[in-house]
Amino acid sequence: MNSWTHAQGVLETPQFEWVALSPTLIVVGAAVLGVLIEAFAPRRYRYGSQVVLAVLALAVAFAAVVGLAANGHAGAEAQIAGMGALAVDGPTLFLQGVLLLIGFVSVFLFAERRLEPAEHGRAVDSFAAQAAATPGGTAEKLAVRSGYTTTEIFPLMLFALGGMLLFPAANDLLILFIALEVLSLPLYLLCALARRRRLLSQEAAVKYFLLGAFASAFLLFGIALLYGYAGTLSYAGIADVISGAPSSQVDPGLAATMGNDAYLLIGGALVIMGLLFKVGAVPFHMWTPDVYQGAPTPVTGFMAAATKVAAFGALLRLLYVTLPGMRWDWEPVLWGVAIASMLAGAVIAITQTDVKRLLAYSSIAHAGFILAGVVAVSPEGVSSVLFYLAAYSFVTLGAFAVITLVRDGDGEATHLSKWAGLGRRSPLLAGVFALFLLAFAGIPLTSGFAGKFAVFRAAADSGAMPLVIVGVIASAIAAFFYVRVIVLMFFSEPQPGGPSVVVPSLMTTSMLGVSVVATVVLGVAPQYFLDLAGQAGVFVR
Amino acid sequence: MSPENYLHLSALLFTIGACGVLLRRNAIVVFMSIELMLNAANLALVTFSRMHGNLDGQIMAFFVMVVAAAEVVVGLAIIVMVYRSRHSASVDDASLMKL
Repeated sequence: MNSWTHAQGVLETPQFEWVALSPTLIVVGAAVLGVLIEAFAPRRYRYGSQVVLAVLALAVAFAAVVGLAANGHAGAEAQIAGMGALAVDGPTLFLQGVLLLIGFVSVFLFAERRLEPAEHGRAVDSFAAQAAATPGGTAEKLAVRSGYTTTEIFPLMLFALGGMLLFPAANDLLILFIALEVLSLPLYLLCALARRRRLLSQEAAVKYFLLGAFASAFLLFGIALLYGYAGTLSYAGIADVISGAPSSQVDPGLAATMGNDAYLLIGGALVIMGLLFKVGAVPFHMWTPDVYQGAPTPVTGFMAAATKVAAFGALLRLLYVTLPGMRWDWEPVLWGVAIASMLAGAVIAITQTDVKRLLAYSSIAHAGFILAGVVAVSPEGVSSVLFYLAAYSFVTLGAFAVITLVRDGDGEATHLSKWAGLGRRSPLLAGVFALFLLAFAGIPLTSGFAGKFAVFRAAADSGAMPLVIVGVIASAIAAFFYVRVIVLMFFSEPQPGGPSVVVPSLMTTSMLGVSVVATVVLGVAPQYFLDLAGQAGVFVR
Repeated sequence: MSPENYLHLSALLFTIGACGVLLRRNAIVVFMSIELMLNAANLALVTFSRMHGNLDGQIMAFFVMVVAAAEVVVGLAIIVMVYRSRHSASVDDASLMKL
């Protein structure tokens, strides 16, 4: 009799903590409802019901996160839920809260219908009329004339967000892989859905898909090797085997098959590589500029902010819970990655002529800054990374929202030369963009400064002084091109026939308002939020 | 036969897949190479499951199969869409954004 052909004992009913997992369940449930709306509701009702559903679901999920945190799940009551698969603790709840806020304001950006000129008397958004229609073909003209719109973007976005909520909570390698795919697959599709410049958008989707799938295959093989090393997929189990004290769940008779260090080193490296790809850190950053440039700008904003938050959350938990015993192996590697990301991102950004590509390289540099906090390996490091992610995501969302508003006859005017003199034509919008650029550069009184200060202080306290010095140099290089854009906007003559600034609806306006308020408040009075991140900085095991 | 031979086979398949992704130019073939890498990982998972005598790896392999199927749906949709608008599935032709 062996274990493959005969059932052993009775299966226990799995324990499932519905309350602790409610934020993710609400978002994914709303996404499923959204698919049903697409299937059954008449076309003219879809847009309104999808927007209302998404906004409601995200608001309720955020309330659930706040309720869980108020009940102490972020501290003393932190627990492992779902039979050890998911951790509901401080970092999880903090990042889930940030992700839900990002999703909430992104819905407004997705739903904006005042930017594109009306087609055949109907207001349209920045997404393709029908994704399957060939660009420029008769099918596309027909779809536009019939007033089709791709309202599937809302359920797709909610599914991606559901995966992102799981990603930082993942407490076992199976959930890590599933969450990665659930967040990636809808994003690949969203990238392909731009209304203007559809060939660029489709090209971005192909590149993102092929490279993303390539990276997740590496992650998966790494998972297989880690499983081969430890004989279990759970983070705590692997950490026990690494520290030389396998838990009682593992059959002692099989101990001989465990503990091959080659599996651990190669597997750990491959898994970290897969996560660094999602983060967009330097050797794995090649997809970032093309995808950021080609994707529809609301999607770029959402993806740039939310993917980074989710992926850093997963990376933190993996490094701090599963692999702390290998710290001396991964720390030098991440040092190198952080330094390369900061320098390469800042230097290559100088040569860019497209605003979206410029922000893409700036996001690579920021991935390096955040990694400096990750390698600090201290509670301050965790909380500084949490704070930086919250601050950075709102600046990014705001900056991409500004880009959606500067338009000429061909849609968004993303070439930098067209932004010359924007400050004279529309001082308010240029001023808002200048604020975001200053926050990216890390000028005091903006959230970017508070975040960078927290991260660099944590890194310096843990003895990573060279990293801090490189970070400051990279910040100085980066400040050069941010300030260059500000000078271009305010101190050059506007070109004749340059872009105009579209007056958006209340949705984008309020979303920009939220981003500006977040940037200023987190910069002027960061202490409350730093304390919040500090309390949330402990992982449950 | 020692189960370790299956690990060697899985590493070999994974390498062939990775080389295929880097060397082949047709998006469909690149995608097939990625699927080969996923299946190599599945083989490794099942082999380790046999070696350790627990079922975690086999359960993981089931999930990977489902995810791979979902990835095919999304991937082929994107590749076919690009083929229809460009009449080419070569990854070298997708270069509108090169500087």
